[in-house]
Amino acid sequence: MMIMTISMEEVRHVARLARLELDELELVAFQGELNALLGHFQDIEGIELSGIVHKFNTSSLLNVWANDQFQSGFNHDQVFRNASVTKAGLFIVPTIIEE
Amino acid sequence: MLTQLSASELAVKLRARECSVKEIVEAHLDRISIHDLTHGAFLSVCAKQALEMADSSQARIDSGETSPLTGIPVALKDNISTEGIPTTCASRILEGYVPQFDATVVSKLKEHGAIVLGKTNLDEFAMGSSCENSAFFPTRNPWDPDRAAGGSSGGSAVAVAAELAPLSLGSDTGGSVRMPAALCGVVGFKPTYGRISRYGLVAFASSLDQIGPFGRNVDDAALLASAVSGHDPLDCTSLPDSRIDVSDLKSLSLRGLKIGLPKELFGPEIQPGVRDTIEMAIEELTKEGVDFSEVDLPSINFGVTTYYIIAPAEASSNLARFDGIRFGPHVSGQGHVENVAATRGKLFGHEVKLRIMVGTYALSSGYYDAYYLRAQHIRGMMCEEFNRAFQEIDCIMSPTSPVVAFRLGELNDDPLALKLLDLCTIPANLGGFPSLSLPCGFSEDLPVGMCLTGPAHGDERLLQIAFAIEQALPWGYRRPPMP
Repeated sequence: MMIMTISMEEVRHVARLARLELDELELVAFQGELNALLGHFQDIEGIELSGIVHKFNTSSLLNVWANDQFQSGFNHDQVFRNASVTKAGLFIVPTIIEE
Repeated sequence: MLTQLSASELAVKLRARECSVKEIVEAHLDRISIHDLTHGAFLSVCAKQALEMADSSQARIDSGETSPLTGIPVALKDNISTEGIPTTCASRILEGYVPQFDATVVSKLKEHGAIVLGKTNLDEFAMGSSCENSAFFPTRNPWDPDRAAGGSSGGSAVAVAAELAPLSLGSDTGGSVRMPAALCGVVGFKPTYGRISRYGLVAFASSLDQIGPFGRNVDDAALLASAVSGHDPLDCTSLPDSRIDVSDLKSLSLRGLKIGLPKELFGPEIQPGVRDTIEMAIEELTKEGVDFSEVDLPSINFGVTTYYIIAPAEASSNLARFDGIRFGPHVSGQGHVENVAATRGKLFGHEVKLRIMVGTYALSSGYYDAYYLRAQHIRGMMCEEFNRAFQEIDCIMSPTSPVVAFRLGELNDDPLALKLLDLCTIPANLGGFPSLSLPCGFSEDLPVGMCLTGPAHGDERLLQIAFAIEQALPWGYRRPPMP
C-alpha cells in the first residue's frame, strides 16, 4: 500500500467535496496538518490482515424493522422554527435553476 | 451542604423529608452562580425550568413515588437534544438552535422525575480531548483552574467534580466520558454500544458514539446508567432487553477476580506518576485477592490511527446536515453550494473542519481501501483479540489517561500528542465494549483515573467490579480544593 502526501490542489479538492469554504491561510494550515496525520497513519501500512473480517460496527443486530404504523411527527411550525430564512411556510434557498 | 452529597444520599434525604427538591435545586443553582464563572462547566443553566420541575418532582415524592432519581438534578452535555432548551454542541453553527424534541435519555430522566439543571460545555461537536475546542470558552479543571478538564465531555465532568450537579450525562466516542472523568477525579462510564439510546444525541461517529453517566462514585454512575438505559425503537442500534440492572451492584468479592494488564497500555507514553499510582492500586488489589496477569493485545498499537480514520470518516458524513438552511445561522455566498460552503467554512471551528477534511479524504475515490477499509479490518482484528482475552479474564485494567490534567494550551502546538491521550480509551469504542474510569489516587496532587474494560454486554459485571475496587481503594476520591 502506498500512502501519498497531499498536495495543495488535493486540499482544495477535498475542501470542495466537503463543502467548506477556506481562505488561503486555512488551506496552508490544513495541508500541513493533513500531511502530519497521513504520516502518522503510515503505522497501519503493511499489517498482515488476511483472514480478518472487517467490522463496520460492533452491533449484533441485523435488519431492524419498524412496524408500518402511522406516527405523528413535527407540525409545520416546529419544522420551520429553527430555519434562518423562511417565506410563506417554505425554506428559502438561492435559485439553482436559471430561467 | 446539600451540594456535597451524592445522588444516592440526596435520594435518602428526600424520602426522609430532611430536605425538599426545591432546596436541592436552589443549592446547586447558587453554587453554579458562584463557581461557574471560573470553571465554565455550563453553556446554559435552566434555572426557571429546573425550579418548575422541582415542584412537580416534589409532588411525586409526596405521593409516594420511589424512583431514586426523582428530585435529583442532572446536567446534560450540550450535544443531547432538549426540547425548548438551546443545544449548541459548543459550535457557532448551532448557535440559537432550540430542539423541538427531547433525546430519549432526557425523556427517561423526566419520567423518573430528575431535574435538568443545564447544558454543559464540550469540545465542538465532541471533537477533542481537552474541552478547549469549545467555540465559546474552555472548561477549567476544579483541581487547578489553569489546567484542562479533559474532553470532550469536560463540562459534565467538572459539573460533578465541582459539586455543581450530583450527576451528569456525557457522550463517549473515543474516551470523551472517561478521559475528563479521570482528569477531574470522578467516575465516568461508557456502556456497551446499544445499551443507552442515541436518539437525540447529535451524531459525531455513529458506530462509536455512546451516551454515558458521570457520578462521584460508582453507585451514582450505575444509578444513572440504569435509569437512562433500555431498548428504544427510535434508535435502530438500540439492543433489545438492554436495561442495565444494578440491583446486585454491591455483591461481588474481589477474591479470585481475574484482571488483565495489557502491556501496550503501560508503555513510555504513560507518565511515571500515573503509572506509579496505578501500580500502587494493583498492589493493594492483589492483597485483596485479585489475580492480575499480563495480556497481549498488540492491535492496541494501531487503535489511535484506526480511530482517527473511522471517526472522521463517519463525522464527515454526519456533519453534512449542517448547511445553514434548516437550522442554525446562515452565511450568504454566490449560489446554493457557495452558501452552504460559506456557512460551514465560517461557522465550524478549526478542529471540526480538520476532521471533516480527513474523513472526506479517507472516503474519497482511490483512498477508501487504503485508509477506511483497512482501518475497519484492524477494528475487526482488535475485536477478535479482545474477545479472545475476555475468555480468560473478567476485565482489563489500564490508566484512563496517560497524563494527569495538563495546562490549558500546553498541547495546542502538538495536535498528535493531544490525540494520543485517547490511547487507552479508544479500544472500548472500536470494540463496543463497556468501559469505566474510576479515581484511584493522585499524582502531583492531581487525580489519576483507572480504566476498566469488560466484554460486550457485561455492563452489570463491570460495574460490580468497579464498585468492589472502589471500596478497596477508599483514597481514590477526594473533594477538589475549592470552597
